[in-house]
Order: sequence, then structure tokens, then C-alpha cells
Amino acid sequence: MASTDVARQPDNGVRPLSLAGHVGFDSLPDQLVNKSTYQGFCFNILCIGETGIGKSTLMDTLFNTNFENFESSHFEPQVKLRAQTYDLQESNVRLRLTVVNTVGFGDQMNKQESYQPVVDYIDRQFESYLQEELKIKRSLHNYHDSRVHACLYFISPSGHSLKSLDLVTMKKLDSKVNIIPVIAKADTISKSELHKFKIKIMSELVSNGVQIYQFPLDDETVAKVNTTMNGHLPFAVVGSTEEVSVGNKMVKARQYPWGVVQVENENHCDFIKLREMLICVNMEDLREQTHTRHYELYRRCKLEEMGFKDTDPECKPVSLQQTYEAKRQEFLVELQKREDEMRQMFVQRVKEKEAELKEAERELQSRFEQLKRLHADEKAALEEKKRLLDDDQSSFGKRRAAAQLLQAQSLTANGKKDKDRKNSGFM
Amino acid sequence: SEQKKPIIIKKILKLNDALVMREKSHGNDFSYVGIDAILEQMRRKAMKQGFELNIMVVGQSGLGKSTLMNTLFKSKVSRKSAQPNPEERIPKTIEIKSISHDIEEKGVRMKLTVIDTPGFGDQINNENCWQPIMKFINDQYETYLQEEININRKKRIPDSRVHCCIYFIPATGHCLRPLDVEFMRRLSKVVNIVPVIAKADTLTLEERDFFKQTIREELRANGIDVYPQKEFDEDAEDRIINDKIREMIPFAVVGSDQEYQVNGKKILGRKTKWGTIEVENIAHCEFAYLRDLLIRTHMQNIKDITGSIHYETYRVRRLNESNLHLSKPSLKNMWTEASRGEETSPRGALNMFCRICQP
Repeated sequence: MASTDVARQPDNGVRPLSLAGHVGFDSLPDQLVNKSTYQGFCFNILCIGETGIGKSTLMDTLFNTNFENFESSHFEPQVKLRAQTYDLQESNVRLRLTVVNTVGFGDQMNKQESYQPVVDYIDRQFESYLQEELKIKRSLHNYHDSRVHACLYFISPSGHSLKSLDLVTMKKLDSKVNIIPVIAKADTISKSELHKFKIKIMSELVSNGVQIYQFPLDDETVAKVNTTMNGHLPFAVVGSTEEVSVGNKMVKARQYPWGVVQVENENHCDFIKLREMLICVNMEDLREQTHTRHYELYRRCKLEEMGFKDTDPECKPVSLQQTYEAKRQEFLVELQKREDEMRQMFVQRVKEKEAELKEAERELQSRFEQLKRLHADEKAALEEKKRLLDDDQSSFGKRRAAAQLLQAQSLTANGKKDKDRKNSGFM
Repeated sequence: SEQKKPIIIKKILKLNDALVMREKSHGNDFSYVGIDAILEQMRRKAMKQGFELNIMVVGQSGLGKSTLMNTLFKSKVSRKSAQPNPEERIPKTIEIKSISHDIEEKGVRMKLTVIDTPGFGDQINNENCWQPIMKFINDQYETYLQEEININRKKRIPDSRVHCCIYFIPATGHCLRPLDVEFMRRLSKVVNIVPVIAKADTLTLEERDFFKQTIREELRANGIDVYPQKEFDEDAEDRIINDKIREMIPFAVVGSDQEYQVNGKKILGRKTKWGTIEVENIAHCEFAYLRDLLIRTHMQNIKDITGSIHYETYRVRRLNESNLHLSKPSLKNMWTEASRGEETSPRGALNMFCRICQP
């Protein structure tokens, strides 16, 4: 639970008092730590860097485990983020570590929107914490905190300066997350080049107004080491999970034909410094900065965006009723306007359709008339023809009848003649 | 009389030992990452921030509340009420007086606030005497809630919530009085109550045990859950420890800020004609157990229960109220909408208001 900063000067009647004996509340920090140990800790690291720059290897080396990452292709159409959560334990401390890697960062032809998925991811985590915090029935102490505590930005070891993609991305992220820039694959740069490179990078960051994470200097126990380390930023790191035998020990190293780069040798690279700063000295501070600075900023912006204020323009406390009523009115007016618009549009459309249909009907009607006329004409013609045919037929019939009659007459005349001949024959 | 060894209620792992262990075993170990260094980081942060503790003492006048506070913290954290003149002797109402002190021990700084309630149980008609106290406790929750829902809120919200309320039961030896039952019944729902038998040097050991047993039964019969509450035990180990404590409450205490020489040692005690009662001797009274519970082992737990259970209960109740009059505009409507239905969905509350507010 939050404890306040104890006032150093007496205020509101808080006076310092000396104790006459041993009371026993000096065990309070231990009680607090015991409870936290029981609950376990959460830590979330975001690694941003181009494909193949060594993000996964560095994570493996940092935490001495194999996180089972597979190589990504260079042909991703968009930048994506891949988050994996692991439960680690060392001595009696349980850590829930989430490692988020960018996939396809820097691979696209057009990198203008490359930073957006990262910003969206970070905002999503803040959003879900905010949701939980604003719930009525909430359980914050059980909540798995997924907000990004540290962002390791991997800089390509070109030896010259930062890329514009780097600057743009870091500028977008510096108010949302603690950025710790690291120079990846530092075994490709020589010592003198590295020194110049670091100075160049830091001056570019400063001149572009990028706020990277500064190791805190307010606690005397660690102020000294933190100040030194602040001067070594960005850390030039080399990652490796392979072991090579050097002398009589097996150490994590990269073996080249010309020599062996030892990861944990401070003369070879800054890996030890990174591990010290990130994990051993400042992990708690990273978490705290995320919660009290970055998250609060997000929360404030989000709530203000939604229209909540603590005081109205005249700096008087605004009553909730007023804000709510005002918003409600606004909304109803807007709704009404939209409804009217819609109604108008609807009427319009109906009219149009009606006209269309009428037109079609007219057309149909005229065609029908036309066809009817055609039909009548044809019918008349046909009737005419039929009449002619009938006439022909009847005249033909008459002629045939006449012909037949004639034939029949002639036959009977012939028959009579024959008969007469026969009859005459006998005579 | 031989000194009985105090029962170790809970073993708090001393962090310094842990640190030494780490260096010894991991000095040359290259597979060591350093995750457990976070414990040390947390400790440093806690030491830097300091702690806060708000204790309320409730009981009739003359039961030794102020003396007990002074004995607990070995300094004058509570001013004993001076004898008022006859006109003012019976306060008309219960006052709530809160005094804060900065104390420090071995680098650990703490802002201790003792909230006194003079006048409690002193009137002739004591009905509703818990009301001002209940109101005070709820007011502290309210202040905290207001600050928490601010848009621009402080880095550390000042915590004035009452972490623990010590209730003083007079050592009658019989049973709880209706006033005690009524008060504890109502207040145990909003704050951690630790009942103690005050001025226990008037009871013999048998009377004390009988009294305690009666009290425990009466608490159980009335459904009063005092600290440590059974339902908030975290795990089996916790339950074992807390069961032991629950068998011992209420602690029979004696307070004193006078030092006497006993067997060549200077100890706090009360000197009478028939002997000297040593306050920190567990054969004499149970002050040491109370001190260990409150300060040395369960202080953080008391604060946690206040923060994550009592405060959350208050918050839920408050946000569900339809006549919520928050002086600063905030998210009340969101909660009103949310409480009407969509509360369980992940994006429920915020979504709802976004829909209302964004054209």
C-alpha cells in the first residue's frame, strides 16, 4: 500500500519525537519485502530493433535461459509485436517476466508507420490497467501488471550516427516508456570508433529532445554507481549463449578466427553494466517510474480526452452534475441532428426511387401500346388474307362443282349413246 | 520468577542476512542473474519513503489508553487528558482528536498518528456513540477516494485511513457489555479492531483466562470478526500463525511509562505494595504479545487489509450509490452506468462513457 513521504519538517503539528527504547518497527521494511516476495514480482521488457540485430540473443544472455525464440523473416508487411511471459525464480524470488519483441521492424520499404504498432501496444497495456483501476469491484493486487517497464532500443552498429527511423521512434516513445538505448553487436566496432559513436548518439538524442531513461541519483547508496553508468550510455552489448573455454573456465563468448569476445568481460563490452543497471540496481525504480510518471500521464490525458476536469475554466470545482448534463445535452443535440439528416436523406431517396419507378412504368405502358397496335395490324392483315383465301376457295369449289357437273353430264350423255348403239346393234 | 520465552509469532527474514548469503554463494557464479537484488531495491525505496501508521484508541476514560500508547511507542505520543474542571468533566459529545508524530528507529522513519476518542462511553445515554467514530473512519476513506479519482493526482496519496482500532474492554471479569458488543459489531465491518483488556492487573490468571474465553465466545456468538480475521488468512502457514493469535485475544494488557529497577535491570512497570508488575514480562501481562502483533510482525498486514479490503469495500459501496455527490467531477456516471450492468465486461465502464461522451 502506498506510504507517503514522511515530512522532514514538522507541519500540521507533526513533531519529531525521540524514542526511549526499542519499539520494533524497524522490521517494517522487512515485513513489506516479505509480503512482496510472497506475491512475486512482475517485470516487462520491450525490445525494439531491426530483424537479426540480436534482441532474442541478448534476452537469453541477460536472463541466462533459453527463451525459445525462432528467427523471424525479413518479409513482414507490417511491424508486429510478439509478447511472451515466463515465470523465473532465483533464490526465493519469483519473477514474472514478459519479453516483448518487435517483428519486422525496419524491414518495410515505407517505414513511416513503423512506430505505430509499438505505441499502440504500450497504450493498450496502460488502457487495461486503467480499466482495472476504474472498475467498481477491482483486485489490483492480483492484477498481472503488463505495462512495459523498460524499453531496450537496439541501435545498429554503423559507427556513424542514429538512423532517422531510430530518432522518430524514440521520440514517439520517450513520454510513454523508459527508454534504454543499447548498441547491438558491439563486437563489430573498434574501441575508438565506439567512443565517438556513443558521443554522437547522445548528442543527437539531446539535440532532438529525446528523453531517455536516466538512472536515478536521489538515493545515496546507488547515486555514485548510477552517475558513472549514466555516462556510459548507450551500452555497447554483445549477446551469446554459447560457451567457449577461456583459460580454465567456460565463459559465454563469441568465437572468431582472430579471437574470442567474452560477453561478461567488461573490457570487451558493456553487457555486465547493462545487467547491473537493468536488473540488479534499478529494476524497482523502472517499475516505479512507469507507474508514477508514464502511467499517470497516460491516465491524465485519457481522462481529459474523455472530458473530465478537476476544475472548470474559472478554476472553481465543477460539480459532476454540470459536466454530465452538459455532455448529455451535447450528445442529444448531436443525435437529433443526425436523426434529422438521416430522415431527410431517406425521404430524398424514396422520392428518387418513386420517380424512377414511374418512369419505368410509363415506358412499359408505351411499349405495351405499341405492341398492341402491331398485333392489331397483323391481325387485320391476316384476316384480309384469310378472306382472300376463303374467296379463292369458294370460287374454286364452285368451279369444281361446275366441272364435276359437266363431267357427270357428259358421262351420262356418252352412256346414253352407248346404250343407244347397243340397242341399235341388236336391231 | 523465571522469564518465559516469548513465543515467536512469525519469523521475519532479516534482509541483511539475505544479502550476505547472496554475495557468498554467488560471488563467482557466472550463471547468476541478480533478480533477487530487487528485494534490496524495494527495501531501500521503503526506507527512503518512510512509513505511515494511523492507530485509533477507543474506550471509556480512565482505562489507560494514553498510557498504553506511550508504552507501545516508548515516547509521549499521546497526551494524557488533563483533569478538566468540574464544569467540563463530562464532555457533551465524543471528540475525535488526532495527533501525529515523526518517529525514527534504525533508519526507518514513520509518521505515527494516534487518534483519540475522548468522551466515548462516558455519557449517561450512550446510544449511537459509535456514530462519530464511524463517520471519522469513513471520512478518511472518502478523502482517500477523492484524491484517487482526481485527474491530476499526487504522486503518493496521503494515507490518513485508520489502520487499526484498539478497543479497550474494562476488566470486569464477567462478560462484554452491550456497549462493547454494539460498537465492535458495527466497527469490525469497516476497520481492523484489536480488543484488549485494559488494566489487567486487577485480574488473577484464572479470572483472566475465564474472562477471555467468555469474550471470545461472545464475539463468536455475535458474529464479530476482530483482527486477524479468519477470512483474510492468505495460506495455511498464515492460518496456523493467526489461529495461535486468535486463541490469545483479547490481550490482557497493562501500560506504564515509569521505570523501575528490578533484578538490576531498568524495566517499565507499575509498583504496588504487593509487588512490581513488569509490563514487558509475559508472565505478568500480555503487553509484549500485543506489541509484537501490532508492530513487529503484523503491521504491514494490518495496513494491507485496511487498504485492499476495508477501503475497497467502502469504495464499492460508494461508487454504487446513486446519489453520489463528489465535489470534483469525475467518473461517477461511468460507475452508475457500469453498476447497472456492464461491470463485469473488461471494457465495460470506460466504453460506456466513451459512447456517451464522444460524438
